[in-house]
Amino acid sequence: MQDLIRRYGLGLTGLMCLIVAFWLLMLVIIPNITLFESSFRPYLPVTEIGGPRDTYSFDNYLKVFDGSIETTFLGIPITVPVHVMTFFLTIWYSVVVTVICFALAYPIAYYMAKIVNPRSLPTILLLLFVPLWVSEVLRAFAWWIILAFKGPLNSLLLFIGAIDKPVRWITDYDAVMIGLVYTYILFMLFPLYNAISSLDTNQIEAAEDLGAPWWKIHWRIVLPHAKPGVASGSVMVFMLSAGSLLVPSILGSTTSQWFTQTIQQWMNDALDWNTASAYAFLLLFLCTLFVSVVMWIFRVKLSDIAK
Amino acid sequence: MHKLRQNLAHLYMAAFLIYLLIPLAVMAGAAFNDSRLPSIVPWKGTTGRWFVELAADERMWVAFRNTILVALAVAVLAVIVGTAAAILINSISGRMRSVIYGLMISTILIPGAVIGISTLLMWNKLGVPPGLHLSVLGQVSYIAAMVMLLVLARLQSFDAALEEAALDLGASHAQVMRRILLPHLYPAIGAGAAVAFFQSIENFNVTQFTRGGADTLTVYVFSKVRAGITPTINALAVIMIGITIVAAILYEVRRRRIERLMARGAEE
Repeated sequence: MQDLIRRYGLGLTGLMCLIVAFWLLMLVIIPNITLFESSFRPYLPVTEIGGPRDTYSFDNYLKVFDGSIETTFLGIPITVPVHVMTFFLTIWYSVVVTVICFALAYPIAYYMAKIVNPRSLPTILLLLFVPLWVSEVLRAFAWWIILAFKGPLNSLLLFIGAIDKPVRWITDYDAVMIGLVYTYILFMLFPLYNAISSLDTNQIEAAEDLGAPWWKIHWRIVLPHAKPGVASGSVMVFMLSAGSLLVPSILGSTTSQWFTQTIQQWMNDALDWNTASAYAFLLLFLCTLFVSVVMWIFRVKLSDIAK
Repeated sequence: MHKLRQNLAHLYMAAFLIYLLIPLAVMAGAAFNDSRLPSIVPWKGTTGRWFVELAADERMWVAFRNTILVALAVAVLAVIVGTAAAILINSISGRMRSVIYGLMISTILIPGAVIGISTLLMWNKLGVPPGLHLSVLGQVSYIAAMVMLLVLARLQSFDAALEEAALDLGASHAQVMRRILLPHLYPAIGAGAAVAFFQSIENFNVTQFTRGGADTLTVYVFSKVRAGITPTINALAVIMIGITIVAAILYEVRRRRIERLMARGAEE
């Protein structure tokens, strides 16, 4: 700090501190504190706000447990509150999306880092960047067209004889997952690619010379080296999927519900901002908790991720 | 065996690229199909009427103008905030640094819905009504962190001795900033502005909760997809993909030219 003042003077340093303080306080910390505070307040008509009924309670959070539905878990029938169910399905399908993204992206990342001719790499990167720059809403819409009941995918499969009657793709969470994988896979690919390309190729060659089978080279050399990339890619894909609103809204079926959609219903349909705050806080808190636990299990630190 | 694995890898890479690009091609193709529903099957003849209808859509033009204005505002603010944050974080160390740095980075991971609702609630309590100005503030809160990362990376290669020399030779503080530090950072600031601009155009979650009644392009497309759609959206998609591809080609051409110049320079 002393150093900054010596270089840029008190005025400029003060200005920079003010700008950063505005960012962190007015755009990040205070809004989140407001969200947290509002989540404990009841939903009241404007005239009663600040009145005797405006007291703090956990009522908004307890709404999560309202209304139960029947479902089965491992074959055992159980009753679960609707919103709890939605939340767990959101987390579960986000995890599945993350795993699929990793499985699909890992060979590509390895290919780009170690196999491809370096001269064609810029072209590949460019081709990868085109879909990344196309708006998320359009990418979800593209799949909406492809997966439609009378759409091109069914026509193609009927034509080549793979199926004999059209398949309904947009059922349950199927289309949502297809859309999420397509939308967020590049957020897995790039961190993986960065991590693998910093691995010394000599290590792989040494292992090959010593007779290690290919899968063992990946398991014992490439993957451990790429761990920070795996971690940051997974955290990105998981948080983006769990927080996505567009893809589940466009590609969702009548039986699929994402937790962000529930939040939006409290916010825009019920106009109950305080309950929406409680739900939003739950989403933020539980996702952060989940990510922290997974990172702790795999012994990755936050500082590894931000590399 | 090794050869076979290599060929499989080439094949997989090609399949992956096709997987990424086919949906865009299908969407673009549907813009030229003379059918009321956006699809490429059955093909009912080639038409350009969806582009004409798009151009006649008033609401689309308003949304388009809003999107550009919001994106420009976000780019300007995010660049200022991100650059200041990078310079500041670069000059502190220890525990303080990791706490502030962690806070800055965490904004990228906060779900958009949470950012949107919290921004709306706080400014609402301060008496500021919802609208696109709040969308700008909400978007800046995490896009600034992306700019910060880009500028911070560039700062690593900065030689602070240049500033010392300038100060010794009698330059003012403002001159050191404007003539020495900022010119070194310009490539990162430019990249940051581009990232911020495109991130803002893409944004849906934050905008959806803070926009009040105003439309941006993503919100407009979203509402169209939900409430009965015509291929005008595909026409819009063709234009947007077209712009992206032209920008990508220009970037590639420029990169190749620089590479050639560098190679020639190395020979001489």
